[in-house]
Amino acid sequence: MGNVIEVEELMKNYTGFQLGKLCLKIPDGCIVGLIGENGAGKTTLLKALLGIIRVDKGSVRIFGKDIKKNEREIKEEIGVVLDNMFFPESLRIKDVNAVMKDVYKKWDTGLFEEYISRFQLPGGKVIKELSKGMRKKLEIAVALSHHPRLLILDEPTSGLDPVARNGILDIFMDFMQDEAHSILFSTHITSDLERIADYIVLINKGNVEFDSPRDELLDHYGILKCGEEEFSRIEKGDVVSCMKNRYDCEVLVKDRNAAAEKYKDFVVDKITLEDFMVLMIKGEKQ
Amino acid sequence: MKIIISNSSPVPIYEQIKKAIVEQIISGALKENEPLPSIRSLAQDIQISVMTINKAYVELEQEGYIRSIQGKGTFVAPKNTELARENAQKEIEAHIASAVELAQKMQIEKREILNLIEIFYGDPEDGQ
Repeated sequence: MGNVIEVEELMKNYTGFQLGKLCLKIPDGCIVGLIGENGAGKTTLLKALLGIIRVDKGSVRIFGKDIKKNEREIKEEIGVVLDNMFFPESLRIKDVNAVMKDVYKKWDTGLFEEYISRFQLPGGKVIKELSKGMRKKLEIAVALSHHPRLLILDEPTSGLDPVARNGILDIFMDFMQDEAHSILFSTHITSDLERIADYIVLINKGNVEFDSPRDELLDHYGILKCGEEEFSRIEKGDVVSCMKNRYDCEVLVKDRNAAAEKYKDFVVDKITLEDFMVLMIKGEKQ
Repeated sequence: MKIIISNSSPVPIYEQIKKAIVEQIISGALKENEPLPSIRSLAQDIQISVMTINKAYVELEQEGYIRSIQGKGTFVAPKNTELARENAQKEIEAHIASAVELAQKMQIEKREILNLIEIFYGDPEDGQ
């Protein structure tokens, strides 16, 4: 299996924030979820991948080609949703087609219209009249309508209700029916990732803090809960990260079954991505 | 085919999928040589990651429940009663081992446990 995206030693300096040095590989045919706090660098990373911001150091290869040298060619095959809409507010939904037709060589008007009707978007409405959810759906329709091989999406499900989100996830899975397709998307709605993501990448303070297949993380990691006294009984080697609260300690463990076996009188729960993220970012690492 | 996934269960999702398929093979709901959905289409239908489904299928194939034929798809393997028995036996052994462990811990005699097994198994003369 090859890698659709390869990032090597990427660096970008801002005053007060630094991205990298960051390395990341996104395998072909996978859905990869990017999680992290606000301001951790997720959007900056996605923009750097797309060549929207100039990086200070390092390289980004997409489909095996350097983004700096082959930007147009690569972007023809990527569908993008960024956090802010780039269409003029006074444009009608159906006019978007005319604009995009000139942007992508492979733009498919029929496919776009299909998505518009599937998302129940009112073609005659101008963009400024659209709700947040409708805007997102329009952006996703645009991202998908030129037959991309890769989707890079910055919070594609934010602002959507659970029913609409489920619809979007359905479209992602539909897109993934082609083995050559991949999706990289950032989200705060970690439950979206718990089922469909193949890989989870956690970004913290401008760097990749954690990167693992979904199954390895969610099937094995656990959260052990105990009092402060009992915490001292836990071997340091079993603790990935811990958070001491007022009434209990929460401990992130790598193997929840082994932990439940070893520390019989402690509570050991399976992990959610949300708990995992909080413990990895706020907890004390061992 | 029926697959029900519990999000709150501590059992990994791939194991839940495996279990659902195995149960239906054993019960006969899935027949010999019946085609199974492709990994990607099952992933879409139950909204579960492709890698997770793949893992379930790989293990089912290793355990002899299904077989995949290059270019044709995945099918229920011809029924292997021996295999099903063997797996059941393994499971029974594990249950008995943990029952015995508990009994020893609580100092319950072997005789009492054997008695219990007799009771649960039922007396053939009662026609159970």
